[in-house]
Amino acid sequence: MEEIKLRAENLNLYFGKKQILKNVSIAFPKNQVTALIGPSGCGKSTLLRSFNRMHDLSPDAKIEGKLFLENLDLYDKKNSVTDIRKRIGMVFQKPNPLPKSIFENLSYALNIHNYPKHSIPNLIEAALKESFLWDEVKDELKKPAVKLSGGQQQRLCIARTVVLRPEVILMDEPCSALDPLSTKKIEELIEKLKENFTIVIVTHNMQQAQRISNKVAFMYLGEIIEFDTCDTIFKNPKNELTQRYIGGHFG
Amino acid sequence: MERKHFVNSFFWFILGGSTLIVVSFLGIILWDIFSKGFSSLSWAFISSFPRDGMTQGGILPAIIGTVLLTLITTLFSVPFGVACAIYLNEYAKPTLLTNIIRASIRNLAGVPSIIYGLFGLALFVQALDFGTSVLSAGLTLGLLSLPYIITTTEEALKRIPNSLREAALALGVTQFETIKDVVLPKALPGILTGVILTLSRAAGETAPILFTGVAFFINGISASPYQEFMALPYHLYMLSTQHNEIEQVRPLAYGTATVLILVVFSLNSMAFYLRFKNRTQD
Repeated sequence: MEEIKLRAENLNLYFGKKQILKNVSIAFPKNQVTALIGPSGCGKSTLLRSFNRMHDLSPDAKIEGKLFLENLDLYDKKNSVTDIRKRIGMVFQKPNPLPKSIFENLSYALNIHNYPKHSIPNLIEAALKESFLWDEVKDELKKPAVKLSGGQQQRLCIARTVVLRPEVILMDEPCSALDPLSTKKIEELIEKLKENFTIVIVTHNMQQAQRISNKVAFMYLGEIIEFDTCDTIFKNPKNELTQRYIGGHFG
Repeated sequence: MERKHFVNSFFWFILGGSTLIVVSFLGIILWDIFSKGFSSLSWAFISSFPRDGMTQGGILPAIIGTVLLTLITTLFSVPFGVACAIYLNEYAKPTLLTNIIRASIRNLAGVPSIIYGLFGLALFVQALDFGTSVLSAGLTLGLLSLPYIITTTEEALKRIPNSLREAALALGVTQFETIKDVVLPKALPGILTGVILTLSRAAGETAPILFTGVAFFINGISASPYQEFMALPYHLYMLSTQHNEIEQVRPLAYGTATVLILVVFSLNSMAFYLRFKNRTQD
């Protein structure tokens, strides 16, 4: 029996009057990659962003149901949202380095979370190595992060998340703004990261989902249609909608 | 084809002509002021007090007065204006009330400056009993500047993409820290541009200081904020229209105008430089 890291129970999410997620229940296994697939507007990103409470800032978002990190109730008022976001990191669709140097992009959150000063350079070196970026940037850590290429920026954003040692990393189409070579690097990186982190990734790229994920959830119009192992979803889907979607008949 | 060609040239002529007329007006004004004012400019002119019923001497107290006045305006309007803009753009929920507040601030920017003068007279000079002083006048100009500072700061904050805020928030950084460490540093050049343009406009205002503390002439300057003061725009007004020996003081008036324009121009070029630097960075 696999260990469950992150889960949603009967999650309903509304933006104003419009319901985006409909009674979603899903459980993500520890140290595996789970891919969320489905046509645009099906609620994949919205589901992803509800785990690290990124909807807190949208005044018209309303959430019903329960979300858990192990036994921690993510929307319980007692729990601090900053602690939750430290334990559940996120990588966004477009690389969004902070307008600071490469080094400061990683040291910023470490300082905010009061890591001891002397430990910071080592943590940063380890995270950059883990993100396959160290060799490319080790001599220019003071360079502004925006000067890096798109693919390097995205690996920096992953390193920035990794350096905080979160338990879960949410990835919202992390390769959609990147060229094929950078995409390949990120996929290799994800393969490596799942040894230490639980990864949930939203992707539009079927081949990518097939290459990197252990489990796949197909979503349509705010509902989870089918959730199973990667093999089953792509080779032997039970639901007709899933079949048609992965067959490229709509999307 | 012939007709199309004619229409094209015609509009080119109209648009280019309008631009030429506007630019030439600006050129004529500058030429007039600079050509007549430059001869009065000297170190003595900007470093000495007026003498002999203001027919001789310089404009030092007016320069100091304008600097003090702008300083008080800055100290009052920049912290409040920036804080208000941060609240409106980063914290306030988009409710009807917020929109009414925002619309009111935009409308305040259109209120004639003489109204601010009267308001300052009633509030600062009389009700708060600051008297006619550089403090009252500075606060009045501060009120006048607030809507511009709030609006330009809000625009600068709006230009910061949300993805940057999300980047910091997703690392477990609080909203306040995100604004302080990520949003404000990035928006700073835009905010400064707005602040400088607003202040350079405030420095040239005459009506709001008319009732609140500007003086014809003072013969000494102290550090007290409760003293009356001289200011460049009012000094210019006075030399041009209120003096007994208008012909005799005309060169002094042109000199004063030149100094005022130079001050405003240098402030504005600072703003343009900041904007240019900001644009080339992105």
